[in-house]
Amino acid sequence: MKKLIVSVAIIGAFAIYVLTHGRASASSGLPGASGTGALASSPTTTTDGGTPAAGALFKNGSYTGVSADAQWGYVQVQAIIQNGKLADVKFLQYPNHRSRSVEINTYAMPVLTSEAVQAQSAQVDVVSGATDTAFAFMQSLDDALTQAKA
Amino acid sequence: MRQTQIIMGMPITVEIPGPDGEASEAADALEAVFAYLRQVDETFSTYKESSEISRINRGELGLSDSSEDVRTVFALSQQTREETGGYFAIWRDGHCDPSGLVKGWAIHNAEALLQERGYRDYYIDAGGDIALGGLKDGRAWRVGIRNPFNRAEIVKALTVTNLGVATSGTAIRGQHIYDPHQPGILASDIVSLTVIGPNVYEADRFATAGFAMGRRGISFIELLPGFEGYQIDTHGMATYTSGFERYIVAYAERN
Repeated sequence: MKKLIVSVAIIGAFAIYVLTHGRASASSGLPGASGTGALASSPTTTTDGGTPAAGALFKNGSYTGVSADAQWGYVQVQAIIQNGKLADVKFLQYPNHRSRSVEINTYAMPVLTSEAVQAQSAQVDVVSGATDTAFAFMQSLDDALTQAKA
Repeated sequence: MRQTQIIMGMPITVEIPGPDGEASEAADALEAVFAYLRQVDETFSTYKESSEISRINRGELGLSDSSEDVRTVFALSQQTREETGGYFAIWRDGHCDPSGLVKGWAIHNAEALLQERGYRDYYIDAGGDIALGGLKDGRAWRVGIRNPFNRAEIVKALTVTNLGVATSGTAIRGQHIYDPHQPGILASDIVSLTVIGPNVYEADRFATAGFAMGRRGISFIELLPGFEGYQIDTHGMATYTSGFERYIVAYAERN
């Protein structure tokens, strides 16, 4: 139950963001630049239960978002719009501290064990997972998509 | 009793197992935790213009004039930077953002609030970084490690008590992230690093720094006494430290 709540909260935050974006775009009455008449029918927006906006949400092209702080580095994405829809998100910047010359050259220590990850059925009370970059990712994508609407 | 609130931009859940008859005391304790975390957010948020951190970044407040909490966090950040070979940094381009350390520090302080009220059994989960005290229904707490490729699944079930568990990683599952300065080269092929430590503050800060180290992070955790780690790469391969196995539910039940 716990992991469900957390998952729903995080996925929900992203869904709300996509939905508000879609609505803002639709209400602004911007026509789709592509002229293909593609509908805003991503899986996320259809869960709204409403009628998809007529016309494409975004103009075709590539839009680079702001560089957003993700605590231990910056995240910057590029949104690729095809047929008026978000087709791909590319990472231009991603937290990466390799340029620092600190050496911790102890990888492949014999005491470490490797395995392929496998889904577990055990019941747990709480789930540990990463949320670090989600917020910065959304900030940068939001900026890129705002440009795509203009 | 269990309750979730959104504070610091993330879901924070606190659970205190116990009989229903003591629910009102437990509710007070939960509210004390949430109130404390809201206060921490007011002080440290980089998104709130009135926070001390925002005032420091605007040059309106000097570090020596800041609150004791802020000075403590800066000192701990500096200590962590030194302990991790520079892989933990709160200053970038003249702006500071200690949120990578504040979360674990705040949850750890919040569990002290529960202990002061006599609670020994609890967990506090802030966006997947968890402080765990005592037991749940007479057994150790069970903590799942989320599958970075499928949020609905876990890839490990751990049994832990009086420890902290923290995961650092990308929330963008399985995405191959290329280095913009070196086309075709993966910036890091690690998607998540989970650390079990003596408390959530320790687990969180070393998970953050270890993840920034990329593939070498798990070796860094191996070298830290009292810490264990589980690292997952983009190919779905996991690497874990020498003492990690004793926390795995099935293993712990067999032995």
